[in-house]
Amino acid sequence: MRAIRPAVRTSSAALAFGVLLTSGCSLIGSESDTASEPSSSGGASSSAGGTVVLVTHDSFSLPKKLIRSFESDTGYTLEQRALGDAGALTSQLVLNADNPVGDVAFGVDNTFGSRAVDAGVFTPYEGDRPDGVDAYDLPGDDDGDLTPIDNGDVCVNVDTSWFDKQGLTPPETFDDLIDPQYEDLFVTEGATTSSPGFAFLLATIAAKGEDGWQDYWKKLLANGTKVDKGWEDAYYVDFTGGGKGDRPIVTSYDSSPAFTTDGNGGTTTAALLDTCFEQIEYAGVLSGAKNPEGAQAVVDWLLSPAVQKALPTSMYVFPVVDDTPLPKDWASFAKRPTDPWTIDPASVDEHRDQWLQEWTDLVSQ
Amino acid sequence: MTAKRLAGLGALATLPLAVLCVFFVLPVSGMIERGFVADGHLDIGGVLEVFTRSRTHQVLWFTVWSATAATMISVGLGVPVAYVLYRLDFPGRRLVRAALLVPFVLPTVVVGVAFRELLVPSGLLGGLGLDGSKWAIVAGLVFFNASVVIRSVGASWESLDTRPAQAAAALGATPAQVFRTVTLPSLRPAIVSAASVVFLFCATAFGIVLILGGLKYSSVESEIYFQTTVLLDLRAAAALSILQLLAVLVLLVLAGRLRRVPDPTVSRTTAGPRRPRLADAPWLGATALLLGAVALPIGTLVAGSLQVQQADGAQVWGLENYRALSGEGSNAALAVPVTQALSNSLRIAVDATWMSLLLGGLLALVVTRRSRSRAERRVRSVLDGFFMLPLGVSAVTLGFGFLITLDHGVLDLRDSRVLIPLAQALVALPLVVRTLVPVLAGIDDRLRQAAASLGAGPVRAVLTVDLPVVWRPLLAAAGFAFAVSLGEFGATSFLARPDRPTLPVVIYRLLGHPGRPNYGMALAGSVVLALTVALVMLVVERLRVRSLGVI
Repeated sequence: MRAIRPAVRTSSAALAFGVLLTSGCSLIGSESDTASEPSSSGGASSSAGGTVVLVTHDSFSLPKKLIRSFESDTGYTLEQRALGDAGALTSQLVLNADNPVGDVAFGVDNTFGSRAVDAGVFTPYEGDRPDGVDAYDLPGDDDGDLTPIDNGDVCVNVDTSWFDKQGLTPPETFDDLIDPQYEDLFVTEGATTSSPGFAFLLATIAAKGEDGWQDYWKKLLANGTKVDKGWEDAYYVDFTGGGKGDRPIVTSYDSSPAFTTDGNGGTTTAALLDTCFEQIEYAGVLSGAKNPEGAQAVVDWLLSPAVQKALPTSMYVFPVVDDTPLPKDWASFAKRPTDPWTIDPASVDEHRDQWLQEWTDLVSQ
Repeated sequence: MTAKRLAGLGALATLPLAVLCVFFVLPVSGMIERGFVADGHLDIGGVLEVFTRSRTHQVLWFTVWSATAATMISVGLGVPVAYVLYRLDFPGRRLVRAALLVPFVLPTVVVGVAFRELLVPSGLLGGLGLDGSKWAIVAGLVFFNASVVIRSVGASWESLDTRPAQAAAALGATPAQVFRTVTLPSLRPAIVSAASVVFLFCATAFGIVLILGGLKYSSVESEIYFQTTVLLDLRAAAALSILQLLAVLVLLVLAGRLRRVPDPTVSRTTAGPRRPRLADAPWLGATALLLGAVALPIGTLVAGSLQVQQADGAQVWGLENYRALSGEGSNAALAVPVTQALSNSLRIAVDATWMSLLLGGLLALVVTRRSRSRAERRVRSVLDGFFMLPLGVSAVTLGFGFLITLDHGVLDLRDSRVLIPLAQALVALPLVVRTLVPVLAGIDDRLRQAAASLGAGPVRAVLTVDLPVVWRPLLAAAGFAFAVSLGEFGATSFLARPDRPTLPVVIYRLLGHPGRPNYGMALAGSVVLALTVALVMLVVERLRVRSLGVI
């Protein structure tokens, strides 16, 4: 018994220490002081209009300064909630259509848009739209549920410096990618596991037809095309222009060349503008929103000049409002396709299951 | 008497049970129900149809195969390493123990990228031709999970009384015989426990399978993710979730059988590690091998985090990536600096740790008390298995389930700040329980009876008898819970608040953007995450009871 006593004392002391430690840096324990944070930064007006909840995908990010100015301009407190990637976001919005998670959603894109619109996730709202926005409306969204916010193209990229060194001409079209000259040089992402991967599949379907793409993909795979899980490992592991890989052709974005500048007024990669698929991201007021006015204010704010200007640097996408200034590198190096491939969103929604099934069968053979 | 005991048992189990029902049973059954009900009526045929698809068989087979292979290798390497790190005394062993928890917190995508950088034809191990093979997947799974075996078997081995083994040796048993007949039976509950946890972790692994397998292989987990988020085919997802639950059930019954030993009582002494001898060479070799295998991908990571791209495109060594962590990424890619994300992560991890220790501790106490009747024993073992379920169920199912079930009245918790630490605590809970149970079960109940007859109340008995013995395993469990929480991404990504991201979430975001500076920062952030967990473990291991007394 004597031997046990000190043990107990030490452990109770350690336990007490643990409790102190816990209460000192717990998140829940400090709820009260973190909760008061917005009001101290936003001033007394910030809670006047109540809270508006913005539901997004996990790539959403805007500078704090912009969020603060939204709050002080409108009197709303903005609360953000991320629900996984664009697919997960759309699925959850559809599942919760009767009892939405928030007031306004951002991040549903043109490949998932019709699923959400058909399920009645959104309620129509067309505010005072600046010039240029209408051009990106979702085909089939006749009531005006969705407001375009940003866009970008998924394009095949090439490492031009690698091709220069090898004395080879880089490919330009889809047909070049199945040319034996470019055998084992292309890496792309899985259509089932990655958003650019799916966009690339859609581009090939648009280019080769609903009955021709399977044959094209067979040739693509026969020519040594590598399929990775996501953009990260395709671009940073296998692509010569992004890491130490050994494949100089990759599926990426039209903005990517703006990030491979060589310091001498050039860039070492280029997007192939005949292989691009356009992605557009939308915002919309959710049906059954508790704060519909606040939700509309968020949509308007996303189209405001300040947010539109911040889109390239914060989310790596292009603004939809005409004449929004671009960052210097973007203006010089992010060349854009004039006529990207598109597929009717309703058709994408109808065939997604079947196309992905066929694609999976081709790739896992 | 029995009724009173059962009532006491129920009272202790109430809190963990309530938490599990609200945050696990409700969401998961909600998701499965959505899959079964089509257009307002029950559609069982539709779900059954999914079971007959050849794709389902293929996916199930691969999941079972890869998880089994990875578990066997993890146990095969982990047990000798546990011996070396917990029974032998050599300089730096505490550091090595802390370092071995590092893989546990590294974000999957970072490890995937680090592995692939080694395995691609142009990489250091490119000659092995493993890139995109199923063995690459198994290696990745072992990388993540070997530490589970090492830590939980080690915690049990550390204070094992060596006298029975010495007695056997004195009676002429060879070292192999001693291990087989004396040591192994005492360790078996811990080994089986660890193996079952590892199996569940492997079977629900998601990112690593797709990244390292290059989409050629698919696991049940990745299939659920795809069916739920991309196709919104809830019927298929529900069918696969049921498959997961069934597999977990089979595993639990199996593990329960294997774990059962005639006499779970184990005599324990103060840990007294000894100097390594020549005979320990093979085990030291296995440790070196495992350490090397763990160090290699981490080395790639560290090297990558120290490489900086200059304006002219040349790569040089430098600390720029680390300096950038206090900023917001190149071109302000982040809403908050990485340092702030780290502080968010730490706060959440502290909460998740105490939650899982509280729930897991209560539960371990409940299931290890000696049963007086068959019925009582059955209740305890069902309880024990019940809390393993969260490990075997998809994070997507759980995350989606949260949103569709916890959405009204007092249960409208979709907005609650408790949700993230609680979800992580649920993931860590089985680890805590599995670490504590073998040790608690090993305490001779007569000690408690003696304490009681000397006048100690139930609380006092726990403090004087159980706590000293369970102290080290409790620390090991706390370490696990903390590491699980720091590294958790699956459930967190469905509940995260973009203005208050955790460090893994920020790392994913940085890796998802082009530009060498973002990549470098993602790697530097991962190294910081790894260092943080190693440091916390070193400190935690210092918190110990000096004297274990006569127990």
